[in-house]
Amino acid sequence: MDFKDSPDEVEYRAKCRAFLSSTAELRKPGEVRGYRRGEDGPNVVPSARAFQLAKWKAGFAGITWPRDWHGQGGTPIQQMIYDQEEAEFSTTVNAIGLQLQVCVPTICRWGTQEQRDRFAPPALRGEEIWCQFFSEPAGGSDLGALRTQATRVGDEWVINGQKIWTSLAHEADWGVLIARSDFDQPKHEGLTFFYLSTKTPGLEIRQIKQMSGSSHFNEVFFKDVRIPDSQRLGPVNGGWKVAMSLLMGERYTLHDEFGPSYKELLALARELELETGPALQDPGVQERLAEFYVKAQGLRFTRYRAMTALSQGKAAGPEASIGKLVTASLVQEAVSYGLELMGSVGIEASKNLPLDGIFQEAFLDSPALRIAGGTDEIMRNTIGERVLGLAPDIRVDKGIPFRSIPSGSR
Amino acid sequence: MNFEFPEELQLLRDTARRFLYERSPASVARRVMESGENYDVSLWREMGAMGWIGASIPEEYGGGGLGRLPICVLAEELGRALAPVPFSSSVYLAAEALMLFGSSSQKQEYLPRLACGDAIATFAYVEKPGPFGASRQDTRVVDGYLSGQKLNVPDGLSADLAIVAVRADQDEPSLQIVLLAEPGVSRSSVETIDPSRGHARIDFQNVRAEPLPGAFGDKAIQMVLNRAAILMAFEQIGVAQAAMEMARDYANDRFAFGRSIGSFQAIKHKIVDIYVAVELARSNAYFGAWALESEAVELPIAAATSRVAACDAGWIATKENIQVHGGMGFTWELDCHLYYRRAKLLGLALGSGRDWKRKLINHLISPEMLGASNLAHKDGSCGF
Repeated sequence: MDFKDSPDEVEYRAKCRAFLSSTAELRKPGEVRGYRRGEDGPNVVPSARAFQLAKWKAGFAGITWPRDWHGQGGTPIQQMIYDQEEAEFSTTVNAIGLQLQVCVPTICRWGTQEQRDRFAPPALRGEEIWCQFFSEPAGGSDLGALRTQATRVGDEWVINGQKIWTSLAHEADWGVLIARSDFDQPKHEGLTFFYLSTKTPGLEIRQIKQMSGSSHFNEVFFKDVRIPDSQRLGPVNGGWKVAMSLLMGERYTLHDEFGPSYKELLALARELELETGPALQDPGVQERLAEFYVKAQGLRFTRYRAMTALSQGKAAGPEASIGKLVTASLVQEAVSYGLELMGSVGIEASKNLPLDGIFQEAFLDSPALRIAGGTDEIMRNTIGERVLGLAPDIRVDKGIPFRSIPSGSR
Repeated sequence: MNFEFPEELQLLRDTARRFLYERSPASVARRVMESGENYDVSLWREMGAMGWIGASIPEEYGGGGLGRLPICVLAEELGRALAPVPFSSSVYLAAEALMLFGSSSQKQEYLPRLACGDAIATFAYVEKPGPFGASRQDTRVVDGYLSGQKLNVPDGLSADLAIVAVRADQDEPSLQIVLLAEPGVSRSSVETIDPSRGHARIDFQNVRAEPLPGAFGDKAIQMVLNRAAILMAFEQIGVAQAAMEMARDYANDRFAFGRSIGSFQAIKHKIVDIYVAVELARSNAYFGAWALESEAVELPIAAATSRVAACDAGWIATKENIQVHGGMGFTWELDCHLYYRRAKLLGLALGSGRDWKRKLINHLISPEMLGASNLAHKDGSCGF
């Protein structure tokens, strides 16, 4: 047992490091990784595009994508090493990077070589940004309940309906779309998958103001939007399978620490005085800090187990699936405890507070972690059914035409 | 990155699991519990013959010289099987103390007998409720003779010798070897929350004792406890894993309201929460195994982290296993209570999660640790 890289991995890590040092600044002490501060600023997308272009030039864009997708033909362990190294630098690429990892491989997997050649290079260079028109007001956790309508008219499809929670739609050039092409089929069997330009007539994008005050997501309205049949991916009524291949990619990302956690709590506790003296000497504080530390370390070493499997050319074990579920609540609870330690001063939302007020900002941001990319409840269903083999829930919407499925008023 | 047990130990795991599945189903722990035996003597002998007990003891002292990783693997399987044997007392505690602090003649004298299982040793340190502190001990040695009382000594009735902790505020080493057949030793069985593992109160009245020459102060005792905590974490994880599988299988087989109860989210999510706790504990215990095997400076931190996570997993898994089984889970007949008892017993035996949380933070903020080399923190997150 050791934590050492293989000789190949040492070499690759050094290459990543050299590129990053020449392009980005090292993360400053106390700067919380993955934290969204400033994400809505006007410079974020341009700087993310510029960084993506630098990655492309240096051979770090699409590390695991095959050569005929214009990727680097590398391995998952190389991707993980790159991600680890990038995490030590201050970069803002996350926003466009995630969509890039999810949307474009779907085009490449289901499209023609011509489509790969058209779409992969500009996306990898950061010239074209992608988004996914997936969730709907009536189809969030139950994505298969979506109602946006796709009607075939000659060589075209006409789209009517509404999407929501579309990250980055207001910045994106292209989007992938799943819509209902047959209301008389059971829910998963009447869906078809497309891609389209966000400039297509009839498409209206409105930003959603989040509870944290920032606007990362959008709602998108489709009114008689026309898409040529050549922009369909996969068979007619076969869109569910295409969408699933995309979402599996999203779930596989091995989440790192995200937002304030043990380390920030420790830094806070070092500054605070409680009734009995320094906070770090208080038995109650010690116990809570230890609990956060143990959970954060458990997550880290779970990632190392996955990394070991990838390094040996195997798939990560099922335990890798707990990362997102555990991280989301860990962050929210750590943030709440940080505020509690500050007491009445903690109500102030100001950057003059300990640790620049990140606890206050993350307090308003952290509920999203437990919802986005699969809610805690959906994650538990998935782990329970796919990893532990527990029976699926009884489904009242199974096997009946979509139009006969009961729908509530919200 | 190679954060996994080597291939040959995966084979050992398979062998051990098969053997214990045949030889130590839960009915064996139940028999020991109901009959008042101290341990399963023939199972212990077979384990000795297979070389399990002495695996970590150097070859020159009659062991396998295989290091600590095989013990981690065996510990998990013994926990899973609820094996009623004195493995933890003899191997994690006494043998470790002898290997750490014994003179070469002491090692020569005792380790070979421990390695084959002919002799059983234990570690006697508890005197009062609450966290352990060497300076809170009343047991003393005067001119080579030891007097005092130790509570809840694991395998105290079956052990041939004990490593006994004594007051640390004098020149005498704080760990002493006592042969339990010596005059002045009186032992009485203690009824515990888990009678499938024997425990005893031991009174010492002017009993001849032999100091472990290297064992000075509280630090020596903590070193033994740290090493044992990592090995014990694997045993705790084995118990928790078995309880999780029991809950999962029952949830799939048991039908209510016309469907398997595992299809209800209230049950499904509960079992997922057990799985999460067990996997976090396992990952932390892997770090413990690495620290033990490589004698890393992080060992005290790794030990406390492993211990806290394993106590948590053991508790969640065994209490929720009963809950999933409903009323049947509360019967004597079903095995749920055997796991519940064992998990809590192991979770208290080396000091509770509460005690280890405080130790953990005190290690993390100690000046020595801040400058310590830190191999395992490559990804930069939540280091110390």
